[in-house]
Amino acid sequence: MTESPAAVHTVDLRKTYPASGPRPAVPAVRGIDLNVPRGEFFGLLGPNGAGKSTTIGMLTTLVSPTGGSAHVCGLDVVDDAVEIKRRIGVVSQNNTLDSDLTVAENLEFRGRYFGLGARDARRRADELLELFGLTEQRSGNPFEISGGQAKRVMICRALVHGPEVLFLDEPTAGLDPQTRANLWDVLRGLQAAGQTIVLTTHYMEEAEALCDRVAVVDHGEILASGTVDELKSTAGADTVITVAYDAAAPSGIRALADRDGITKVEVNDGQVRVFASDPGGLLGELVTIGSRAGVGVTDATQLRPSLETVFLTLTGRDYRE
Amino acid sequence: MSASTAGTGTGAVPAVLAPPPPARATIPRTFAAMMAREARVMRKNFLSTFLRVLVQPVLFVFVFAYVLPKLGGGATAGGPGGPSFATILVPGLVGSSIIMQAMMAVIFPLMMELNWQKSITDRALAPVPIPLLGAQKIVAAAAQGLIGGLLVFPAVLFIHADGQAPKVHVDNWPVLIVVMVSGALLSAAGGLLLGTLMNPQKVQMLFAVVLLPMTMLGCVYYPWSALDDIRWLQIVSLFNPLVYLSEGLRSALTPDVPHMPVWVFMLATIGGTILLTWAAMRTFTRRVLT
Repeated sequence: MTESPAAVHTVDLRKTYPASGPRPAVPAVRGIDLNVPRGEFFGLLGPNGAGKSTTIGMLTTLVSPTGGSAHVCGLDVVDDAVEIKRRIGVVSQNNTLDSDLTVAENLEFRGRYFGLGARDARRRADELLELFGLTEQRSGNPFEISGGQAKRVMICRALVHGPEVLFLDEPTAGLDPQTRANLWDVLRGLQAAGQTIVLTTHYMEEAEALCDRVAVVDHGEILASGTVDELKSTAGADTVITVAYDAAAPSGIRALADRDGITKVEVNDGQVRVFASDPGGLLGELVTIGSRAGVGVTDATQLRPSLETVFLTLTGRDYRE
Repeated sequence: MSASTAGTGTGAVPAVLAPPPPARATIPRTFAAMMAREARVMRKNFLSTFLRVLVQPVLFVFVFAYVLPKLGGGATAGGPGGPSFATILVPGLVGSSIIMQAMMAVIFPLMMELNWQKSITDRALAPVPIPLLGAQKIVAAAAQGLIGGLLVFPAVLFIHADGQAPKVHVDNWPVLIVVMVSGALLSAAGGLLLGTLMNPQKVQMLFAVVLLPMTMLGCVYYPWSALDDIRWLQIVSLFNPLVYLSEGLRSALTPDVPHMPVWVFMLATIGGTILLTWAAMRTFTRRVLT
């Protein structure tokens, strides 16, 4: 097991979409290094437009890299694209099921594309539909079932040929919370059975709930990567207190940065952000400092260490801007 | 509701999900599986697909080979004693059906697959090189074009007024088969090329700007040599692929009607197929891979 090459290995992977008309060239991915061992549940976390889907596109051979290298199961994504496709399963963000076929036929033909005989493929399709609770939908059109069901059909489709690595691009985007929880159960179960999974998501809680390791991506670069706990403790991820004053922030605030337990103080006009490893009593103190200077507080939030504060710490931006 | 069935159905999923049966995903097997998919889809949509291609030629022979002769219009090409209009129409209408059906069979699904949800990803992730996926689309559409052409045969052979029966006999089977097959491939390749270059919003224009002029001026209703008197049109027509298909079929089916020499239409259909297939595989690959 340790002998076999990593599920995913990239070195300085880049993609720049060429200029087209008035639009200048877009550097979507700007030098990404990844290493995902077999059996891991790995997450690429970042806001929309961070380059996650482009990265997955390159790993699944549908987007050609413009720099660096990427290997999946030890195979080069450019030179060995066909062999890689034999070994991966992909769940894309959109519903890309074949609308000319029924749900069951989608799975049957996927099996046949991957070399199963017609009878084996039909049996495999039935087996997957049964397991995923989709038997009632088997004769339906894949665009007349619910979004959650379509997503499960797509997961079935990706699993038909027993892929070594399963890629999912934003698997729960646009799904209701109940459906999302169901999908999470499915993915956890798959991983428990040894499936290597690479997923992109812009939901912090999804990455926290599912992934062994996470890479935080923004503007086509990896800002930090590690286990969720590592990220929280090493990326300077502190409790983040944000206070909005109704006038320019009192001058005494900056002095807080020198105190033990406080990592950083950012002042932006009336908004103050304090990054603290020991936030005890700090929020009250910020209010007091303000009232002593005759400045009121209009809004205050305290975020405990989470991937959200990691992102805030690394980029200085709110995650959902 | 469905959530509860999902809950019970999904919890234990992967633990019991057996590995798939052993499979050999060679490129020819995958290609064959994709053709099997086309056959399945074609079977499901047979009526709607081919009705569309049959209506126009059937109405045409009905009006020109049955109604007008009955009215005493005497639509006889080449003067009295020359071939009946029905005879002229047989190769032309078969040829235009092949072209229309093959082009539509590739363009319409492609518009959906490339633009709406980018569902081409479904096939693009199958283990074949992307250019071969383009070639598969050409072969599948050509097959539909051939079926369309064969379905038109009985209509144009049997719908006619008394005494207006077309004089058809297969003079040269190999030429007939090569012309039909290469003509169908040529149209499908042209369709794939257009479909990958065309702005999807403009697909409605395809009929007005490409298909209709191509059929009307494709030497469907008259042999090419009859254009001697309109020299400029005769020359412009040489850029229309349907002309070579009509003339090729004329040579194979109605050799008594004047037609182009064999080498000319063979060169055009086979050479054109190679050229357009090469170009279409490139543009298709560029559209699928980003």
